[in-house]
Amino acid sequence: MPVTGKVVAAYGNMVTASFESDVLQNEVAYVITGEHRLKSEVIRVRDTVCDMQVFEDTRDVKVGDRVEFTGNLLVVELGPGLLAQIYDGLQNPLPELAEKSGLFLKRGVYLDCLDREREWEFTPVAKEGDTVRAGDVLGTVPEGLFTHQIFVPFDFIGAARVTKMTPQGSYTVAQTVAEVEDERGKTHALTMVQEWPIKVPLRKYESRLLPVEPLVTGIRIIDTFYPVAKGGTACIPGPFGSGKTVLQQLISRYANVDVIIVAACGERAGEVVETLREFPHLTDPYTGKTLMERTIIICNTSSMPVAAREASIYTAVTLGEYYRQMGRNVLLLADSTSRWAQALREMSGRLEEIPGDEAFPAYLQTRIAEFYERAGYVTLGNGDKGSVSIIGTVSPAGGNFEEPVTQGTLAVVGAFLGLTWARSNARRFPAIDPLISWSKYVEQMRETLGRLDPGWTSMLKEAKRLIFAGDEIKKRMDVVGEEGTPLADFISHLKAEFVDAVYLQQNAFDPVDAYNTMERQVYIFRKLHEVLRKEITASDKDDAREIFFRLTALFKNWNSAEWESDEFRKYEEQINDFLGS
Amino acid sequence: MREIVTRITEITGSIASLSASGVGLGELAEIQLPGRKTLGQVIRIAGNMVTLQVFGGTKGLSTNDRVRFLGHPMQVKYGESMLGRIFNGSGAPIDGGPDPVEDEIPIGGPSFNPANRIIAKQMIRTNIPMIDVFNSLVVSQKLPIFSIPGEPYNQVLARVGMQAEADIILLGGMGLKFDDYTFFKTTFEASGVMNRVVMFIHQASDPVVECLLVPDMTLAVAERFAEAGRRVLVLLTDMTNFADALKEISISMEQIPSNRGYPGDLYSQLAARYEKAVDIQELGDITILSVTTMPGDDVTHPVPDNTGYITEGQFYLHNGVIDPFGSLSRLKQNVVSKVTRDDHNDIMNTMIRLYADCRESRNKIAMGFKLSRWDETLLAYGEDFERELMDLEVNIPLEEALDRCWGILARHFETVQTGLKDSLVEQYWPARDADEKQAV
Repeated sequence: MPVTGKVVAAYGNMVTASFESDVLQNEVAYVITGEHRLKSEVIRVRDTVCDMQVFEDTRDVKVGDRVEFTGNLLVVELGPGLLAQIYDGLQNPLPELAEKSGLFLKRGVYLDCLDREREWEFTPVAKEGDTVRAGDVLGTVPEGLFTHQIFVPFDFIGAARVTKMTPQGSYTVAQTVAEVEDERGKTHALTMVQEWPIKVPLRKYESRLLPVEPLVTGIRIIDTFYPVAKGGTACIPGPFGSGKTVLQQLISRYANVDVIIVAACGERAGEVVETLREFPHLTDPYTGKTLMERTIIICNTSSMPVAAREASIYTAVTLGEYYRQMGRNVLLLADSTSRWAQALREMSGRLEEIPGDEAFPAYLQTRIAEFYERAGYVTLGNGDKGSVSIIGTVSPAGGNFEEPVTQGTLAVVGAFLGLTWARSNARRFPAIDPLISWSKYVEQMRETLGRLDPGWTSMLKEAKRLIFAGDEIKKRMDVVGEEGTPLADFISHLKAEFVDAVYLQQNAFDPVDAYNTMERQVYIFRKLHEVLRKEITASDKDDAREIFFRLTALFKNWNSAEWESDEFRKYEEQINDFLGS
Repeated sequence: MREIVTRITEITGSIASLSASGVGLGELAEIQLPGRKTLGQVIRIAGNMVTLQVFGGTKGLSTNDRVRFLGHPMQVKYGESMLGRIFNGSGAPIDGGPDPVEDEIPIGGPSFNPANRIIAKQMIRTNIPMIDVFNSLVVSQKLPIFSIPGEPYNQVLARVGMQAEADIILLGGMGLKFDDYTFFKTTFEASGVMNRVVMFIHQASDPVVECLLVPDMTLAVAERFAEAGRRVLVLLTDMTNFADALKEISISMEQIPSNRGYPGDLYSQLAARYEKAVDIQELGDITILSVTTMPGDDVTHPVPDNTGYITEGQFYLHNGVIDPFGSLSRLKQNVVSKVTRDDHNDIMNTMIRLYADCRESRNKIAMGFKLSRWDETLLAYGEDFERELMDLEVNIPLEEALDRCWGILARHFETVQTGLKDSLVEQYWPARDADEKQAV
């Protein structure tokens, strides 16, 4: 008998309800308004009433409306068929919603998250008589590029004996594929689909490891200078117009992971549309299939209900954890975590909690930390390794990084890729500012990076030192003018500008330059390093400038030449000639 | 028959509370004051207490005024006979004409399903070179004009309205001065476009709650027209007044302010309106051009800042011209040299780069440095650029504007100095004497 209750108050998307017997914190309830059933979540219990955030428009809610409590936390459905899907923040499939309710989103319409008609070719792994536990593999189905494992539900308690396995064949996700008997002799019918509460981390792994494998994004300034590890975290804060979205889109195209989850959280719908319409036609550089086949889009854009926006980020990370459980490397791109924090702020305001900085709730920092800590590089029960990496963008108000969301994020992530107006206005893209960004993974991955080139970290340090020195000289030069700058300093400045122009900047619209493999990055960086070490002899400043104009043009052409093509060799020779001279 | 309440228990700002039952969130109530009626909307219910946002303001509201609940949320009329008409912030005609006989539609409807969206690929011509050539407006785009009080932003808006290729023009005026309202009215009438214009005007002297309704009514009507296959251009001025009205209401609701007094949901509130811009496959579309005045010319102020994160670019209006630096149309890549002439992309970039160089030369003058001959060339170029393209009086179609760009370049530069591709130079570089004639 489900617990029911009645609405006693409503304000914005918060509804307060009385209840009869017991409720759970964070359980799902439905507010029944006319013909609509509005999904909501209990977020505070006080004596005989509870406050709920409603994931839909609350128009027409009346005092006395019936409330049904489900007794379940907010969950996602896990099973084959998640890849290539487009979901809203509550895992409602948007294309199917469009078929059902037309151009606009209708409230209170909830569809099956996984297609119930589609059949999957199931191959059993477990055998009758086997003893299994939560997270053990029952069988597999092929899903797109790889084998999708079907697990004993992660919330299954204790050991169980397999009493029946279906033979190999085609089944839908809802059909029983195995029957098991638990320790108390009760039989459970297991299907290919299971549920997991989104706000509880899925931790069915052996142990968590230190992330030491680089996650290659194809973007030089990230991979070389401020790298992210598989299973690591990074944040990209930047004011509007600094190219956050383009950067996210590039990473979602070129990152060397198995599964990409794009969580469009409170951003423009127009941006998701590009991913939505283009990914089915773009080729994955690693597998040759379309990009869509490795992508899941969670799309809760800015005009969609704000409480669902809060949930969307958890939905996304739970799906990621599920694929990690199969030994996959997953990258979650959350754009933008500021909008998620704002959703927290809105609810906190409605709950009349005592506000912290800029009216954000006092628990903001904890929530941010909890979220990023769900990333990780792990060893699974069968010895396989898997990872979830999280790259979140932050949209700081007024481009000021001193605000609570940016600061709260910086405290917990492993890499900081700060975008600035100074760089985007100067058309230096990607506008990641080398002077303020950092990555803890350079040290952490020292050993793995050393395999690329034994001198990698020391070359890196030298290049960074030069960039900072160049900046200092530039500042001085702005005051005393070119005339007052010694030639040696001037050359250092030109060298720093050269690194910026040919390595830190990258042309996203050039088919070759847009994406660099790690192999190519190492190759080019070595050559760049040789240039930096070379003593440049110039008669005067104009001569020096001339030399670097030429070098820059050479490297730029080299950057747009196909890897190891004749053209590539041609420019390399010209560069070698210069170095030899 | 719904009950009539005759006891208002609390009145603060634009908010009134009373005790009633069976009232839904968002429901409309009619308050009968001596000699006039005003509407109110339910924004909070708690037990039998109902909180109303009173559209007409609470001035002169008595605790024993009669309140009747209407059983439906705020609506607006929609239909062909709305064209050419002017309404106020609660939907009543203010042009002296009769109430239109049309069906009422709800306002503030649900979000467009993102899965139904398509990539916008049509350009909207405005005949303003600074927009058409340098930051093209694209169908379904949402773009604000960032400006400061005193700049001719309403003039720009009116001109775009008159000249843009759109079937329907909807003007939502928020906190408009009487003079500005009259300006829009007379301009649209004089240019003969009034028969495809609908105006929803909240004047500065009107009650503040009505200001909140203007964008919702305008966009609800726009959505219906777009669904009926029409190309709709929505002009909203000034969204800062809308945000200020939000601030006023939220403070009187005792909400905790987040930044400079604005409510924490300012971003969501603005986004809910701007995101109505859409291109509906095989039907019509909605494009939104708005004005956001920046208090103190400060782009980091919460209103322009949040707007910048929502919209697809922005136009900066400075000193009476659209500033090519800082102005940005994020969707222009979808149309430039794809649906427009093949030289568009290159000429646009070249003109701007040279103009940026010209500004540097001007800085040199300001710093008292010596000018080279190249500087002199750039300075002369900059002047022509400003006079022949940037001036808001210039009113020419895109192709003519592109030709004019080539003309200006040819007048001041050698082909190599421009860095333009040879193939384009061959095709478009004008003969010198031809341009001199044109310049005279």
